[in-house]
Amino acid sequence: MKKPAATPARTPMEPQTAAPVEEAPATTPARTLMEPQTAAPVEEAPATTPARTPTTKPQAGASVEAVFREEHGRLLAALVRRFGDLDLAEEVTADALEAALVHWPVDGVPARPGAWLMTTARRRAVDRLRRDQAYAARLALLHVEAERAAPAPPADAADADGLPDERLQLFFTCSHPALAAEDRGALMLRCLAGLSTPEVARAFLVPAPTMAKRIVRAKKKIREARVPFRVPDADELPERLPGVLQVIYSIFTEGYAASSGPHLQRLDLAEEAIRLARILRRLLPAEREVAGLLALLLLIHARRAARTGPEGELVLLEEQDRGRWDRSMIEEGLALVPVALAGPPGPYGVQAAIAALHDEAANVATTDWPQIVALYDVLLALAPSPVVELNRAAAVALRDGPEQGLALLDALAGEPRLREYAPYLTARADLLERLGRRAEAATAYREALRLVGNDPERAHLRRRLSALEPPDLA
Amino acid sequence: MKYMLMINSAATEPEPGAFPAEGCEVSDWMAYDKAVKEAGIFVAGNSLADLTTATTVRVGPGGERTVTDGPFAETREVLGGYYVIDVPDLDVALDWAARCPGARGGGSIVVRPVAEF
Repeated sequence: MKKPAATPARTPMEPQTAAPVEEAPATTPARTLMEPQTAAPVEEAPATTPARTPTTKPQAGASVEAVFREEHGRLLAALVRRFGDLDLAEEVTADALEAALVHWPVDGVPARPGAWLMTTARRRAVDRLRRDQAYAARLALLHVEAERAAPAPPADAADADGLPDERLQLFFTCSHPALAAEDRGALMLRCLAGLSTPEVARAFLVPAPTMAKRIVRAKKKIREARVPFRVPDADELPERLPGVLQVIYSIFTEGYAASSGPHLQRLDLAEEAIRLARILRRLLPAEREVAGLLALLLLIHARRAARTGPEGELVLLEEQDRGRWDRSMIEEGLALVPVALAGPPGPYGVQAAIAALHDEAANVATTDWPQIVALYDVLLALAPSPVVELNRAAAVALRDGPEQGLALLDALAGEPRLREYAPYLTARADLLERLGRRAEAATAYREALRLVGNDPERAHLRRRLSALEPPDLA
Repeated sequence: MKYMLMINSAATEPEPGAFPAEGCEVSDWMAYDKAVKEAGIFVAGNSLADLTTATTVRVGPGGERTVTDGPFAETREVLGGYYVIDVPDLDVALDWAARCPGARGGGSIVVRPVAEF
């Protein structure tokens, strides 16, 4: 057997229940760890990317749209830093974008759109502060205090526009552990991805007023408890960075396998997560786990088109048409794996290596299961969790046979976190079925059905169940 | 900005035979108190006497006063003391809270900004 991980090139693999099951949800911080994504009233959003410019003038065109998506977070971050107030920054960012929609189609897009937006936003902020003297005085006071206590750290390197990129501060603020876990992803989509509140609400499948309340609450906490806008010092980074990565990963996980609704995947959400990971990678190029996370997301998202059939039904990993996997995305992910593993590996780097092994294999039979099992062993040592144990057991089943896999799964039966975890029950059902233990398999499928989230997963389990129990028994 | 660190002790009564959690002895409290004061962030702070000495007063709509013994904690955590510190932001306050001996041994510190008017 090959040595565990370490060697990037041929290591690829992924966090999946390797099992038959279905491309199970990703590994470690899988769905269970996911933020309690509100089981709120399901009013499923279309899986398409939502329109992003609310006040669009048709002539404003695609270039404006592109500039906005890129500039929104950057502008907001710079303004938050300057004024120390997220609400004010958001208002004037919106003002500046609106002004651009009015002027650019007429005057053309300025040579330095970022600088134009920044100047406009700053002017609006000053106007607002003049209008509200009392507020301005209080804000100024806050600033003096903050500066006295801690002189502002040097800004991040400026880009071609001559504007510093301060989004990193915003990443750490949005994912601050003092905020409710369920609000962190929402804030990140709102502030860094530039989604409107109704768009964020659709993303998390909650009514817009509910989401508005949550965002207001989170911003109030940031303001009133004074959650700082700053990048943690190098010595704090190991403690704080995983929280940021976790938020992005959680957004992706919801996009990978929706926790409810008619669609298996929420491609818009998965893509936003990848966009956030790309930004973070640019801002923290030396952090291997950031490279690992981006690689992991790319290597998994590359399979999106093959994961569902023409009717939106679930297609298991073993049955996927690998010709429909996105080669360029796989190449991009593969190139990042060595970066992620160029030192002691972190959990995302190892998961990316696993995903890479899946993506490089021609089919399930020729997949390098021994290597995958070895990588899961590495992952277990780094970040032990019952979900990783589950994925490892599934990989063992493919390496050594269903009996061995089932023995490992049964040894996990006492894990409270797995008892209500559909992928565990599904994996068990599948192995029982393969071993011809049909009655037990049917029981496990029924239990899984009770817990599974979206319609395609449910339909898949029903099919498996009905294949085991011919209807004539009914 | 001022923050109150509310120190919640783990239990009203230690388990029989239990020792104070490591890093939570009297000398640790004295060292922490000294550190807070030397850092120049100390605004106020006190350790509260045992919960059994507490008395609760309520005044009803007609102005009638009710005095009762207690409160008695329904949870295993009780407020055992507090600090008010003046630091730049929540991260610094959390760092100080994490250094407090009361955060160890099953205790916890609740950090709340002091409202400014």
